Amino acid sequence: MLSYYKQLNNFFQILPVLTAFYYRYEISLVCLNKNLLLILNILKTHIHFQYNLLTAISGVDLLNEQYRFCVVYELLSVTFNSRVRLKVFLNTINNIDSSVVVFKNANWWEREVWDMFGIFFKNHPDLLRLLSDYGFEGYPLRKDFPLSGYIEIRYNENKKKIMIEPISLSQEYRLFSFELPW
Amino acid sequence: MQIKKKDIVTEIKNFTINFGPQHPAAHGVLRLILELDGEIVKRADPHIGLLHRGTEKLIEYKTYMQALPYFDRLDYVSMMAQEHTYSLAIEKLGLLSVPLRAQYIRVLFLELTRLLNHLLAVGCHAMDVGAMTPFLWAFEEREKIMEFYERVSGARMHAAYIRPGGVAMDLPFGFLDDVYLFIKQFRIRIDEIEEMLTTNRIWKERLINIGVVTLKQAIEWGFSGVMLRGSGLGWDLRKSQPYETYAALDFVIPTGVSGDCYDRYLIRVEEMRQSIFIINQVLKLMPEGEIKESDYKFVAPSRIAMKQSMEAVIHHFKFYSEGFILPSGETYTATEAPKGEFGIYLISNNKEQPYRCKIKAPGFGHLQALNEMSIGHMIADVVTIIGTQDIVFGEVDR
Repeated sequence: MLSYYKQLNNFFQILPVLTAFYYRYEISLVCLNKNLLLILNILKTHIHFQYNLLTAISGVDLLNEQYRFCVVYELLSVTFNSRVRLKVFLNTINNIDSSVVVFKNANWWEREVWDMFGIFFKNHPDLLRLLSDYGFEGYPLRKDFPLSGYIEIRYNENKKKIMIEPISLSQEYRLFSFELPW
Repeated sequence: MQIKKKDIVTEIKNFTINFGPQHPAAHGVLRLILELDGEIVKRADPHIGLLHRGTEKLIEYKTYMQALPYFDRLDYVSMMAQEHTYSLAIEKLGLLSVPLRAQYIRVLFLELTRLLNHLLAVGCHAMDVGAMTPFLWAFEEREKIMEFYERVSGARMHAAYIRPGGVAMDLPFGFLDDVYLFIKQFRIRIDEIEEMLTTNRIWKERLINIGVVTLKQAIEWGFSGVMLRGSGLGWDLRKSQPYETYAALDFVIPTGVSGDCYDRYLIRVEEMRQSIFIINQVLKLMPEGEIKESDYKFVAPSRIAMKQSMEAVIHHFKFYSEGFILPSGETYTATEAPKGEFGIYLISNNKEQPYRCKIKAPGFGHLQALNEMSIGHMIADVVTIIGTQDIVFGEVDR
């Protein structure tokens, strides 16, 4: 326990982080957009950290917040057997530096975040959509994107071709989220 | 008009072909744009997402319990490993404890799942390279393991057996005896598969020095699991960040030397042997006791309790209608799935549905290195490399 607090202190002294959290034995750091690459670089190369393995990058949509998006970097240090989470908050018009220069495998993770949330990564070598269909429009993991989507695709037997049409639901999608009566 | 020799421009263009999405060696729906110079691969550009089902979006609209079966359907050859990771994440956020017997049952099934996955990985890899027989033998054994799945959960594959706070139900009578009989004969099946492959000249010629990954590259690419161990690093989350009862169990982590496809094949085979060893210990250590947490706020009460107490009936109804509520928080929980590190980044916001559930699939990270792994190899070796990466599209595309 104590060593974690010590470690948190360490982070504060060396890195320009805004805040650090310690929750359920996991460390998360929050930093400014402009310091992102610097911090990733230090975490990767500093002899006391050596977080040289990027596990994943995930986007989070915090609808109705001042900073709508959050990009989360999960780093792993194989040498010290330790994980750290780095968060950057963005609003809708911000973009963010691509971390491909620091971590090679950030490439696809960033493409996925761009595809799903529409967060633009500056200087990314190949920022194409990754998981969604060719010619897909919209950012599906945003909270204001409906679960059913906007279009439906079916094969038309008469015309012998694939039809793309606006979605028509015979029943409205029902969301079972109650204010708890208990 | 005279044509001068210097005006004639000879331009040699590389040949570009589409590999997949309906190629049997593409392990599902991989579309690979290969740029070839003769038979040498110059560039391999994977196009993924043909099996994208929006799992992460769907999970946000389901209660925690309703979201659980989606995890079986991600990597559909190692089902329980993933629902286990999800259960661990929920247990971490809800501060749930798991009874010892449930932990041992989980370990038993995690290792059976590892066998299930590695049998497919080795078998299909062999078939891609040209050996049909090990594939058929491996599927025979897979069928037996799926029968164990069926006996505890009713489903051959998509079990939804490991639940937050324990497992769904207790092991049926005589189950452990049958597992013992199975692993006793399974040892010999591995020997048979190894007899066909390990010293086979064609197999070695196709695998040795193909898809070499150095340790530095493996870390750069964020590899995990067999792909990382094949390059010589003994990194296994079961040892380094132990969960369940792995800390009390005795097993060895095999590592490779040269980081090629052959090493990774040997590691998979050795991991199967280690799994048998672990299962043997679990059979001996399996304690008596409860199989799930007794906190009715998070775990459904048993049928017996429902016959006796009104409280239990109410909780049962509430559990299956509105689900349970996790306090606001976030966690990244990772376990050693057979393919590598499978992680869940779960954010809860004091509601009955998860706010965000990011799924870190090991295959996703491995596949993006396919380009660098296959440059300079023959086109037939691309198939070998896809096989050694053990790609399953359910988890890559999510």
